[in-house]
Amino acid sequence: MAKIHVNTTINGAPTEFLCDANQTLLEVLRDNLGLTGSKEGCGSGDCGACSVTINGRLVCSCLVLAPEAEGVKIDTIEGMADGDKLHPLQKKFIEMAALQCGICTPGFLVASRALLEKNPSPTETEVRYWLAGNLCRCTGYDKIVTAVLDVAAEMRESAR
Amino acid sequence: MSEIQYAAAKSIKDAVKLMAAAKGKAKILAGGTDLLVQMKSGLQAPGVIVDVKRIPEMVSIAEKKGSFTIGAATPAAVIGEHKKLKKMWPGVVEAINLIGSTQVQGRASAGGNLCNASPAADSVPALVAAGCVVNSQGPKGKRKVAVEKFNAGPGRTTLKPGEIVVSLTLPARPKNSSDAYLRLIPRTEMDIAVVGCGVSLTMKGDTVVDARVGLGAVAPTVLLVDKAAKALKGSKLDSKALDAAAAACAAACKPIDDKRGTIRYRTKIAGVLLKRAAAIARDRINGIEHKSH
Repeated sequence: MAKIHVNTTINGAPTEFLCDANQTLLEVLRDNLGLTGSKEGCGSGDCGACSVTINGRLVCSCLVLAPEAEGVKIDTIEGMADGDKLHPLQKKFIEMAALQCGICTPGFLVASRALLEKNPSPTETEVRYWLAGNLCRCTGYDKIVTAVLDVAAEMRESAR
Repeated sequence: MSEIQYAAAKSIKDAVKLMAAAKGKAKILAGGTDLLVQMKSGLQAPGVIVDVKRIPEMVSIAEKKGSFTIGAATPAAVIGEHKKLKKMWPGVVEAINLIGSTQVQGRASAGGNLCNASPAADSVPALVAAGCVVNSQGPKGKRKVAVEKFNAGPGRTTLKPGEIVVSLTLPARPKNSSDAYLRLIPRTEMDIAVVGCGVSLTMKGDTVVDARVGLGAVAPTVLLVDKAAKALKGSKLDSKALDAAAAACAAACKPIDDKRGTIRYRTKIAGVLLKRAAAIARDRINGIEHKSH
């Protein structure tokens, strides 16, 4: 069976890959392209560990077929830091220890960035509902929510 | 090696052709939030996956003389961002926006929620209350069907071989109309309805002149409860009318016992949700906002 040739853009870089019709985007990111920052938690869209954005829209990459990537813009956790310069959310997660084992962290960061791009001043309730699809089994939600709210405030301050 | 094929349809005609050619072995890929999970668990093994998201008509919302037509594969997040639609049909939009997480909202569609044919689908009771018409197309042409008649049972639709759902049309509505959807779940988010209830009202002053009620998760398919609507019509939503409508909802229930709720509990909750949803729809007509969350 012939592989499907896909042309896409990942973290701003034109990228091409070959995949099977039923491979997920997550599988291709991790296994074909070596972008292992996106994690597979549940594989069924419940845990958010595989969160990426497609054309700016937050999705679970485990629920996207790889051939669907044709012609779109994908952003993953690997594109979040600018070289060695961490994104403010990444810095804050470290500073506030908003993680324990770290498996859920890339998903939380990608989802939080998508939130702040859409809503620069979310309430705590809005942060909690937005991140309801990201599960942390080490029970670190409070620190994560506080970190996101702190970064939102700092980004608003520096944008002044 | 998998024998599965992926095809991105360029037009509705193209999608219908691909479906017909696969002779029942093809599945439509809209948001994929059900299909991919079902494929992984072995419940579905399509030979051809027909992606319809490259067809503009299927991923957009069109307004014509006050009536809205929502492309069947339009992501829930896009529907939630449509201000005019949200203003006219807040209950339909809140129901669609209750499906899954933010990530799922980025992909899941109302057409997919309908075709997955779960009795507990969140969007369907609100669409039933709204009087939505399902527009489908197949090898024999186009067809329209009332949304409450679309599903045949859990996981089963009335689509004929090769037919696909193209869009959902919400009718133009008179002034002083609004709607609401409520579901009961034991959590605050990310769960499947124990009972779901959609109510659409048109009022003149404080009197209900038109009403429709949709009930989910209490029967093999989502129900249009005419008797509940009848009890509301002509009333001022006083307790006597609401009690009669709630009793009509309870009488319409044919639920199952399962881990989410018992028959008795579901039957009782149906009427409770109806009363609350009717109150929200009335508030909205009176300009009082209700946020789903």
